[in-house]
Amino acid sequence: MNSSKIFLLAGSFLLYFLVQVLMFKNMVIFGVAFCFLYVLYILLLPVEMKTIPMMLIAFILGLGVDMFYDTMGMHIFSLVAIAFVRNFWLGILTPTGGYDENLQPSMLNMGLGWFVTYSLPLFFLHHLLFFYIDSLGTNLFFPVVQKIVASTIFVFVMSIIVQLLFYRRRRGI
Amino acid sequence: MYRILLFLYRIRAFLLFVLLETIAIWLIVSNNSQQGSVFFNSSNRISAGILDTQTDIIDYFSLSSVNKALVEKNAELLAELEQYRKPADSIYFSLDSALEASYQFKGAKVINNSINLSQNYLTINKGSRHGIREGMGVFNEEGVVGRVKGVTKNFATVISLLHTELLVSSKISSSEVFGSIKWDGVDPKIAKMLYVPRHVQVQVGDKVVTSGYNAVFPEGIPIGIVLEVKPGPETNYLDITVELSTDFTKISYVYLVENNLAEELENLNLEN
Repeated sequence: MNSSKIFLLAGSFLLYFLVQVLMFKNMVIFGVAFCFLYVLYILLLPVEMKTIPMMLIAFILGLGVDMFYDTMGMHIFSLVAIAFVRNFWLGILTPTGGYDENLQPSMLNMGLGWFVTYSLPLFFLHHLLFFYIDSLGTNLFFPVVQKIVASTIFVFVMSIIVQLLFYRRRRGI
Repeated sequence: MYRILLFLYRIRAFLLFVLLETIAIWLIVSNNSQQGSVFFNSSNRISAGILDTQTDIIDYFSLSSVNKALVEKNAELLAELEQYRKPADSIYFSLDSALEASYQFKGAKVINNSINLSQNYLTINKGSRHGIREGMGVFNEEGVVGRVKGVTKNFATVISLLHTELLVSSKISSSEVFGSIKWDGVDPKIAKMLYVPRHVQVQVGDKVVTSGYNAVFPEGIPIGIVLEVKPGPETNYLDITVELSTDFTKISYVYLVENNLAEELENLNLEN
């Protein structure tokens, strides 16, 4: 991994973080669909990224987001879980012939069908953990399910739009 | 021994995973206390600084509605002031200390607010430097907003009324019946009033205000209007739904209130 690559990763980390806490934080559709787009940053890290550094990145990103949401620990918990699971999931979804060197597992590189199977379960897991922790202490069931499903769909659609607008094929950002 | 180390080395990713999740759980639990622990939240210097700048920019868009609310509040206060104006043909004596003002009010700007989670907080741009202390009551011209949770030098976090564990001592203003207002986590416009016994007559449309019993809020700050009354699932209490008078979606300025006699009142309660 050369230095320009690391610079790009750090830059997009900052960008995802700031856009999340300054813009998407206030963007909640109908009070149920949240936009936790920062999860996409973890999903789009290069394929050969090891689990340990990825979990540390997830921890720091979650900590930053938690500070602004005043939900101390909840984003950390769900994002670290995603970072831990991601590489297993990538391993299961390996296409025939394996991944290319230095590949970013994005929709543009892998195709829409593959990206749906890759990202949708991970988004769902993240939102499940987050809203489950959030609802502890209340005995609500239906509103929580509603939030999980609506947010998963919303974030998925947003992640496709963001990739179409800001990402390029075969060039890891 | 070597084998054990080798084994631990092989599952190092899992061990780190467990460690990080434990830290996260510890943070969640320690943040759940009603007061204190403000190392890692939106009132620390960096995040609150960013939020402050953001609100400085966004504020311009809500100026007209804020102005309107302030004009209404002004008119209300002017009408109240009219009652205290001295007629020229009367003599007045100064009152003794028993009737001295026991509440102090301060104003602050909201720089961060959430309404959609089940435990919501606000951040305001005043801190210990401006005399804000933990436990102070927060309200705006519409009604009760919440209660100060933690304070740093220049900022403070406030537990919103939209927090499933905050109880606010309240009463129904027409019949003087006491209860507690608690949000149930569903709709940011609706809350529940708990612990009102069944024999009490409650009408739809009755006003609910703060009771002044818990020494956080003075008596009579509006909370909401009774929307629905049902016999509750528990045999002894009514199930009362209250429509909150505060519009939490657009809070921009708030007042903070401190009871100067709160300490004295608490000591008295402890002694008895």
